[in-house]
Amino acid sequence: MSRPRTLFDKIWDSHVVDTQEDGTCLLYIDRHLVHEVTSPQAFEGLRTAGRPVRRPEATLAVPDHNVPTTDRSQGVDDEESRIQLDALETNCAEFGVPYIPVTDIRQGIVHIIGPEQGMTQPGMTIVCGDSHTSTHGAFGALAFGIGTSEVEHVLATQTLIQRPAKNMRIAVDGALPNGVTAKDMILAIIGKIGTAGGTGHVIEYAGEAVRALSMEGRMTMCNMSIEAGARAGLVAPDETTFAYIEGRPMAPKGGQWEQAVAYWRSLPSDEGAVYDKEVTLRAADIAPQVTWGTSPQDVLPITGSVPDPAAIADTVRRESVERSLEYMGLAAGMPLSEVPVDTVFIGSCTNGRIEDLRAAAVVAKGRKVAEGVQALIVPGSGLVKAQAEEEGLDTIFLEAGFEWREPGCSMCLAMNADKLKPGERSASTSNRNFEGRQGPGGRTHLVSPAMAAAAAINGHLTDVRDLTG
Amino acid sequence: MEKFKTLTAVAAPLPMINVDTDKVIPARFLKTIKRTGLGKHLFDPMRYDDKGAEKPGFVLNKAPYRDARILIAGENFGCGSSREHAPWALLDFGIRCVIAPSFADIFFNNCFKNGILPIVLPQETVDELMEDAGKGGNATFTVDLEAQEIARPDGEKIAFEVDPFRKHCLLNGLDDIGLTLERGGKIDGYEGTQRGGQPWLWSGATPA
Ligand code: SF4
Repeated sequence: MSRPRTLFDKIWDSHVVDTQEDGTCLLYIDRHLVHEVTSPQAFEGLRTAGRPVRRPEATLAVPDHNVPTTDRSQGVDDEESRIQLDALETNCAEFGVPYIPVTDIRQGIVHIIGPEQGMTQPGMTIVCGDSHTSTHGAFGALAFGIGTSEVEHVLATQTLIQRPAKNMRIAVDGALPNGVTAKDMILAIIGKIGTAGGTGHVIEYAGEAVRALSMEGRMTMCNMSIEAGARAGLVAPDETTFAYIEGRPMAPKGGQWEQAVAYWRSLPSDEGAVYDKEVTLRAADIAPQVTWGTSPQDVLPITGSVPDPAAIADTVRRESVERSLEYMGLAAGMPLSEVPVDTVFIGSCTNGRIEDLRAAAVVAKGRKVAEGVQALIVPGSGLVKAQAEEEGLDTIFLEAGFEWREPGCSMCLAMNADKLKPGERSASTSNRNFEGRQGPGGRTHLVSPAMAAAAAINGHLTDVRDLTG
Repeated sequence: MEKFKTLTAVAAPLPMINVDTDKVIPARFLKTIKRTGLGKHLFDPMRYDDKGAEKPGFVLNKAPYRDARILIAGENFGCGSSREHAPWALLDFGIRCVIAPSFADIFFNNCFKNGILPIVLPQETVDELMEDAGKGGNATFTVDLEAQEIARPDGEKIAFEVDPFRKHCLLNGLDDIGLTLERGGKIDGYEGTQRGGQPWLWSGATPA
């Protein structure tokens, strides 16, 4: 009998086109997502070398990073952004790559629309010139971010030169307590293993708390695998996965659906499969999380206080914490629930899906955004926006004083007009609290959508359980 | 891609951990459709003040390190965004080699695609090199890729590991895509098999 294999091993093995003597593999890539920021130089490279796109129909492009989230009927003001957006459209037309324009209801963040269109399926290899491609791992697909040279490589050859990653398994046992979400779970994991904890590995998330998650929650977790240093995240496909995919525009149809599902059922890791690293957490120990520093690993339960660098023995680490606190404008020992916020951002490929907006709306309903706080809701896609409007969520938000925007990356990375001013502080549902990530000098606290809504209502970081009881 | 054989230069010490690619080059400088010209934005938030003036304390603003072609940094260098603008900015500034105790995967990979050699060495060794580098203009290092050795300013040689295939590509300045296209027949064969066994991957790929 053959050696028991992990989900990762199975996907990897089934995509190896060729192996060199030194173990370097040529890996076949099933689907390729493209956006405006990391692709222009790749298309330019193809053009210069006179190379076509090998499988345009396995590729899908959408503008998301640079698009405005306010009225778009007048086009894009910022000239550099416009050039990049135009370049994507022209390149797609020239190379025959399917393209969803900004005016299409399906437009949105690349990692939201792939799953939404049914493009993301179990067992696939999926890449994109974007580190949060790990999101798609929620479906049991091997999905990872690549650089622009690799984007060009995939466009030209539908393959990548890769070496296998190591296997890591992170299990969260038991059921999540009330008020604790997938976002809190992944932040707690990163807090435990650190931002380099998963380097060189693909993380498979398992355990009762993960199995119980919706696809939205699983995507939130896999999304932030990169913040744990991992190349990709994975959740084994199951009935929840199949139910999400069935009937979507790009999902397998008819007899092929049955055939696909039968194959997908063979993907979960075999009994006795060996992992290079294993970590276990108890769901019951996880409280709503919030970051206090400038790395996603700088995270604590909302019930905690800003840490004291003086208590850290290692010099480099101590200096790094001191630097973070100085940047964040926080004093050691301050209770996290007393930290005031100027801005609240609910959106991004981490938390811009319908379930996230519903969770925020539960908190916002019948309440008002605190005076002086700007609170943005940026749906992850046009379809998420439409669904939320159908459910009346937009009304709840607008009545509470939130802004209801058009879809895009927005304040997750501040490439468009949505950015913090120097010194401004946000509670944000995105994935990175790096210095300047949400605008030069901006200060970011990462939280779940419900926690972000709670911060908007109270004007300071808040334990959402105090509002929802 | 430019070949990498040997490199003799001053090394800039950057004793920080978790230097993310947003720090190497912030998102607002990614609105370009070119690979070149990004060197002036390298490490922008650390290198310039709010008005765009150089911060004299930052290592690359100090005389000897303006010509640095090697960078020595702390663990987990290049974490975060996959932006290849990070290695492009380093390259455009003149950096051809980064030495650290560990790197984030995507950045590490992106370096090789651009003729930059990332070298992983144990923390203690990096600490020693960092100290050497701090000595300024007279402290030059020589990185010899063929021999897989770094010569410290005092002449002591330090060996390093590098993946043989990547070494081969760097030494010869080889274009990956060209190499892969030579294996086009194998890709055709793979696609034929997949089309037969998993036909759903070959129908309905394109959205309506
Ligand atoms: S929402 Fe943020 S993390 Fe996600 S793709 Fe956009 S910029 Fe990247």
